[in-house]
Amino acid sequence: MAGAKEIRTKIKSVKNTQKITRAMEKVAISKMRRAQVRMTEARPYAEKIRRTIAHLSQANTEITHPFMAERPVKRIGVLVVSTDRGLCGGLNTNLFRALTRSIREWRDQGLDVEYAVIGSKGLGFFRRVGGKVVAQNSQLGDKPHLDQLLGSIKVLTDAYREGRIDRLYLASTQFVNTMTQRPGVRQVLPVEVDANAVKLADNWDYIYEPNATELLDTVLQRYVESQVYQAVVENVASEQSARMVAMKAATDNAGKIINGLQLAYNKARQASITKELAEIVGGAAAV
Amino acid sequence: MATIEIDIVSAEGQIHHGQASMVFAPAEMGEVGIAPRHAPLLTRLKPGAVRVKQADGSEQAFFVGGGILEVQPHLVTVLADTAIRAKDCDEALATEAKRRAEEKLSNAKSDVDLAKAQAELIQAVALADFLTKIKKSTH
Repeated sequence: MAGAKEIRTKIKSVKNTQKITRAMEKVAISKMRRAQVRMTEARPYAEKIRRTIAHLSQANTEITHPFMAERPVKRIGVLVVSTDRGLCGGLNTNLFRALTRSIREWRDQGLDVEYAVIGSKGLGFFRRVGGKVVAQNSQLGDKPHLDQLLGSIKVLTDAYREGRIDRLYLASTQFVNTMTQRPGVRQVLPVEVDANAVKLADNWDYIYEPNATELLDTVLQRYVESQVYQAVVENVASEQSARMVAMKAATDNAGKIINGLQLAYNKARQASITKELAEIVGGAAAV
Repeated sequence: MATIEIDIVSAEGQIHHGQASMVFAPAEMGEVGIAPRHAPLLTRLKPGAVRVKQADGSEQAFFVGGGILEVQPHLVTVLADTAIRAKDCDEALATEAKRRAEEKLSNAKSDVDLAKAQAELIQAVALADFLTKIKKSTH
């Protein structure tokens, strides 16, 4: 019965694992719903500020804010949004793969890159592959708040203002739906204006109070912040749905393993009974 | 009567969307009133109430904790830093926040804390003012 006993212990341990994965799946489902709500709530602000910027780009201003001006690119800043925890399928791996592709391209063009990282998985990635990390934020929890992100954002926008970087990218996972999350690297600065924005009348300008430079600065800073915030809430929603899918698959796989082991256990039990019977019969015949 | 489209949004959600005959907002240089076909204007907002006067003469008020105001002839956009619906505001919460901010102010260590606490205090005071006004108008 030795084989059978081993199998029984194994079944028990797989069952325990299955319990854990099932619980994680349930937790991820409920967290995902809330994360999706937060994501949709953040959308109007991002849309409206994009619209304001589209208007701004059409205004006849005498000043051009550095955030809106293209300049020769020598150095690049990238803000990487990753998760804090693992067990969420290929979410971070896919993001890092997309990021590595971009990094290789930039390297081929001879550009310097520096990073700001949100989430401990991203930090782990840069610890492994190396890279100049200038700012870092992690343990944001399930309800990330803008306040927590401001520091990292400011490091990069200041670098942009001072000319230490000439372009700012955002590497993050976009939430498409529960089954699909798309990793991508998007340009944030200089601001790319939406080409299909409503055309306003020609030759006008805003009345700026108190003054144009300061206001543009505030608007564009808020714009970057809203883009990052949007990316972070989307990342949380993606993380939860990826975890839900991964844990569902794990639970199903555990079920399959248990079935296989159960079959093996039954066979082993049967074999040992047959063997015992044969021994008894053999013994009786010998007497 | 001519109306103007008004959008009030914060990073945490859409606060208000609709038509208005007049919008009042606490701009940095003083309160501004915006009627339809106002000239394009861009300004920062102080913490305070954005009041939306509807075509039927009724008025709705929204608290904003600062932000940006963009005016186009047909459109007013309020990009609020934090905006809470007036009726959802809890007076006790405001007082609590004020007390907390004051506490922080009294034992703040670094300049950053101090600056943050001061900003929080200004917001809390504005919110408390706003709530007392609302209370008066409803009673």
